[in-house]
Amino acid sequence: MVSESDVAHIAILADIGIGDDELAEFTGQFNAILEYFDLLDQVEESGRSGTGTTNIFRDDEIAPSLPLDGVLENAGESEAGYIRAPKVM
Amino acid sequence: MGSVAFDAEDRWNAFITICRRAGHGDGPLAGVPVAVKDIISTAGIQTTCGSLVLKGYVPPYDAHVVELVKAAGAAVVGKTNMDEFGMGTTTESSAFGPTTNPVDTTRVPGGSSGGSAAAVASGMVPMALGTDTGGSIRCPAAFCGIVGLKPTYGRVSRYGLVAYANSLEGIGPMAGNVEDVSRLFSVIAGPDARDATSIDRPYTHTPSSDRIRGLRIGVPAEFFGEGVDPAVAERVRAAIGDLADLGAEIVECSMPSMAFALAAYYVTCTSEASSNLARFDGVRYGPDIVSKRSWHEAYQEHRREHLGKEVRRRIMLGTFALSAGYYGKYYAKAQEARKNVGEDFARLFADVDVIAGPTMPTTAFALGEKTADPLSMYLADILTVPANLAGVPAISVPCGTVNGLPVGLQLIGRHCEEELIIDAACAYEEAQR
Repeated sequence: MVSESDVAHIAILADIGIGDDELAEFTGQFNAILEYFDLLDQVEESGRSGTGTTNIFRDDEIAPSLPLDGVLENAGESEAGYIRAPKVM
Repeated sequence: MGSVAFDAEDRWNAFITICRRAGHGDGPLAGVPVAVKDIISTAGIQTTCGSLVLKGYVPPYDAHVVELVKAAGAAVVGKTNMDEFGMGTTTESSAFGPTTNPVDTTRVPGGSSGGSAAAVASGMVPMALGTDTGGSIRCPAAFCGIVGLKPTYGRVSRYGLVAYANSLEGIGPMAGNVEDVSRLFSVIAGPDARDATSIDRPYTHTPSSDRIRGLRIGVPAEFFGEGVDPAVAERVRAAIGDLADLGAEIVECSMPSMAFALAAYYVTCTSEASSNLARFDGVRYGPDIVSKRSWHEAYQEHRREHLGKEVRRRIMLGTFALSAGYYGKYYAKAQEARKNVGEDFARLFADVDVIAGPTMPTTAFALGEKTADPLSMYLADILTVPANLAGVPAISVPCGTVNGLPVGLQLIGRHCEEELIIDAACAYEEAQR
């Protein structure tokens, strides 16, 4: 079981804004879903590692990238070919 | 070179963006109007993923599949409605309002590629591109009475597909009949260096109904188990009987890993979503951050305002499933269960050529029926997620109706054997005419 304060904490970790008015609803749904996920407790560990897939590598060759204008067009603010982000500190 | 005037009236809210005049070139699809799900990037055409967080975003490039359909001469006539970021089974979580089912407008079209399915089922377009992470092509195909193919993982490039759950999702064709699905698939399949998971297996097949004779079709008991509407089960059993009449050999079998497949799927897709969707923060694309507050506060405010509840729920579930102390309980176990699904398929495919069952456990839900209870909506994906977990191809082909609503027959094949499930679907479709 997770509590409303657990859900509020997860929302902060995930940078998902969550309102006090939404907490009860999200927490109830969370618990119903997590209870269903408990099924996985019955899955036995096989001890086999990995995903069964293999990495495919290629040479790191320089290729054309997207046009700067087209990319910056979608950004909120840009300056000298860079995108401006909110202040960190 | 020419252009298509696309004046179809959209009474189903199937499209988010309509291109009333669309240019086209020469090729095997010359002048054919093709609708593209709005999670696939189109240069110069808004691509929203059904979300407010990307409203107004105009990609500076085409997805690989869009380059290919254009090169084949098709006219891209619009971008179709969908559950926000593909997260849903009904197309009701779109920020642009729900799409309705052309067969019965009080019903959902299924999801998440509901707009593409409705655009085809209503006759607005002959074919469309959808994407399938846990059934998002096959579910709406079944609910709307059309054909939809989820290809082998990697056979169609994901370059330009906005990522939600990379290890599960893929792009595939949807159309009114098997032949058109096959035509569109032949255009989009093949290698692409820009997708590291791409495989070099082009598709040049012409569907044939001849291969059904002697085909061994496995029917796992779990596809007719708890939660499957008895009337749907009966309809699909009858369709499998029709395949037997055409000369296929029916083999009853079992897939025990199905018991954990849905939980494994939801843990995996929410975990991947929690990482993938971190990029939607109002800085690089979509509506801008207006807040002058600091980094995290500004992001939280922006994402609360611009992401719907289902998307926020899945991001949080995935964040939780990957967090320290819970990783072993959820994510690691889900990967174990996922391996078991792959092994079950490998074991069955050593004996049978194709696996058959219903696409969906029920017919289309009423609008609003499942929106308040996410878990009940998740459970509807139980029959489609196994193919995504294993990366194998699966097709949904219409097999009649229950109470006037379409039912889909799902045919699942071995890796890169789309040709065989398309032939089986073709034989079934031909026999119904």
